[in-house]
Amino acid sequence: MAFELTPERLAIFEELLPKYPTKQALSIPLLHICQEQLGHISAEVIEYVAKKLALSTADVKGVVTFYTLFQQKPVGRNVVWVCRTLSCELMGARSIKDALEQKLGCHVGETTRDGEFTVLEAECLAACGAGPMMQLNDEYFENLTPEKLDDILDAARRKKDAGCAATFSPIGIRARKEQ
Amino acid sequence: MPVENPRILTKNYDTPNSWTLATYEASGGYKALRKSIAMGPAAIRDEVKAANLRGRGGAGFAAGLKWSFLKTHPEKPNYIAVNADEGEPGTFKDRTLMEKDPHRCVEGFIIAAYALDVHTVYVYIRGELVLAIKRIEQAVREARARGYLGSKILDQDFKLDIVVHAGAGAYICGEETSLLNSLEGLRGEPRLKPPFPAVVGAFGAPTIVNNLETLAAVPSIIELGGEAFSKLSRLHHLKDGGVRLYGISGHVNRPGVYEAPVGITLRELIDDLGGGVRTGHTLKAVIPGGSSTPVLRESDTVHAPDEKHPMHAWHGKSHLDVPMGVDTMRGLGTMLGTCCAIVMDETTSMVRVAENLMVFYAHESCGQCTPCREGCAWMARLCHKFADGSATTVDLDTLADVANNIIGNTICALGDGAAMPMLGILKLFRNEFEAAIGKPTPLLGLKVA
Repeated sequence: MAFELTPERLAIFEELLPKYPTKQALSIPLLHICQEQLGHISAEVIEYVAKKLALSTADVKGVVTFYTLFQQKPVGRNVVWVCRTLSCELMGARSIKDALEQKLGCHVGETTRDGEFTVLEAECLAACGAGPMMQLNDEYFENLTPEKLDDILDAARRKKDAGCAATFSPIGIRARKEQ
Repeated sequence: MPVENPRILTKNYDTPNSWTLATYEASGGYKALRKSIAMGPAAIRDEVKAANLRGRGGAGFAAGLKWSFLKTHPEKPNYIAVNADEGEPGTFKDRTLMEKDPHRCVEGFIIAAYALDVHTVYVYIRGELVLAIKRIEQAVREARARGYLGSKILDQDFKLDIVVHAGAGAYICGEETSLLNSLEGLRGEPRLKPPFPAVVGAFGAPTIVNNLETLAAVPSIIELGGEAFSKLSRLHHLKDGGVRLYGISGHVNRPGVYEAPVGITLRELIDDLGGGVRTGHTLKAVIPGGSSTPVLRESDTVHAPDEKHPMHAWHGKSHLDVPMGVDTMRGLGTMLGTCCAIVMDETTSMVRVAENLMVFYAHESCGQCTPCREGCAWMARLCHKFADGSATTVDLDTLADVANNIIGNTICALGDGAAMPMLGILKLFRNEFEAAIGKPTPLLGLKVA
C-alpha cells in the first residue's frame, strides 16, 4: 500500500520546504517525519520521499542506509539505545546491556516477542559524565544501575502514545507538541 | 593556584528556567547583539580576532582567521553552518549549552551572521539530542517573536532566519564537509578540500562552519571586548584565548562539564574540577580531549632542554602539568581536541580500551576511503583478538602497520583520529598487548572492590 503522510505531518514538511534552497536538503527531515508516522522506513516510504523531493529511490535509499537513526525494518513500540562507548563502558555499560537483555528476553538488535521493546547499542550519546546511560525513545536515562531498569521499563510499557508509531523523532509532531 | 571560576558561558546554568528568553534577558542577554549592531560588522570581526578564539570543536583553528577566509560570491548568499553534531566519545559540553542556555547560542549565531553578511544560519544538531533540538527551536521562536530574528532585526536593515536541522545518527557528520553534504540531503561523506567551505560550502555557496561553543562565546567577546576575553585565558600569550567548557568522565569522583580559563592543566581538570581519581584508586592514563586524541600518562615528562623549543617552559614537568592549549597539547604529541577528558584508573585494561575505541571507529567510518574503511575494521578485529587472547606476536606488528597506513591517506581526519590513539596506546602500553597474547583480558567496567 502506498504511503502518505497525515495532513498534520505534511504541514510540517511544507513549513520546512522554503527554508532550504534545494528540495533534496529535505531528505533527512522528511524521512524523520515519515518514520515518526510509520515507525520505520519502508520501501513505500522511500518511494514517497523520492517522489516528494524529485529524487531517485536510489538517492533516498542511500541516505536511509547511511544514518543509524533510520530503522530499515519494523521496531518495537519503544526503542532502547544503550551506550557502549568508552566513558560508559568504564562505568559499567556492559552490566546495563546484559541486564536489559535478561529483563527483556531479547538480544541487542532484536525486538521483544510482544513488540514492546527493541534493544540497540548506541555509539557515544554525549552524556559521558553520567554513564552508564541509555536513550529510551527520546529521553535520556543517566547514571544507570541494573536495579533502576525495572521502573524505567515498566513506565515505558504503561505509557501509550496513540497516533505515533515511533515515539522518537527529533522534528515530528511529538517534539512540537511538547515545546 | 586554584582554578579560576569565571562563569561566563555557564552564567545561567543554575538559574531556574535558564533556557527561556526571560531568564536570558534578565541576565543581560541580547545586549551584546545591540552593541554589535552599533559597532558594525568589521568591528565585530576585529574583536573576534583579538579574542584569540580557537575553534572549540576539536581542530582548534583560529575562529577570527576562519571568518576572514569567507569569499563572497557575486550571485550566491553566504551561510553559517553551526556544528552541533557533538559525537566525539567523551564529549558532552555542547549539549549542556543547548539545553541550559540556548539563547546564548542563538545570540552568538545572530552576531556572527551580522558580522559575516549571512541571512540564513543552519544549525546542524545531532538527531539523538531531542531536548537540545527542542530548546534551540524554542529559543529561535522566542527570539523571532521579540524581533531579534526576522526581516528587520532591531529595526535595522538586517534580515536573518535560523534553521534547526536535525541529523540522523552519524559521527562523521561532525566533520565539516560531511556535515554540509548531510545538510544538502546526501550521505554524510566528506568532500575533498580545497575548495574549503568558506569558498564553496553549503549548496555551493560560501559557508563558515563553526562549532556551537565557539559561537556561544561570541556574545561574551562583544560584551567584554576581544582582548579582555582573550586575557581570561592562561595562554593569552600563545594566542589561545578566553574561557571554555571542559568535560571530564570516566574514573573520577565528580564527572561533569565545568567552565574554566583556557590553559588549565590536566591535573587541575582531574583533581580540582573532577574531584580526583575515584577514591581508593590511582591514575593510569587520561585521554585529554575526546577519543581521537592520543592518551597521556602522569609518569611521562616534557623533554625540551633547548631554550628555543616551544615546550621549554615545561621542560622536566609531567604531561599532566602542561597547560591545556591547542599548541601545547600538540607539543606533547597529542591534541587538545574537544577538551573533554576520559580518565582511567589502574584497574583499566588498555587492550580493552583500544578494543572499545576501534569498534567505534569501525562503526563510524563512512566507507568512502579504503584505508579508513578497511583499516578501522581491521584494527577492531585485531583488538578483539588481543582481548580474547587469540592474538599472536605478528598481530602486534600488523596492528601498528595498519594504523600507520591509514594516517595521511584519507579524505578526512576520521581515519587519522582512529589510527593516532591506536598508535598512542601501543606506544605507551605495548607491554599490555604482549601480555595479552594467549590470555583473555577481563572486560572493562566490572565492579571493583
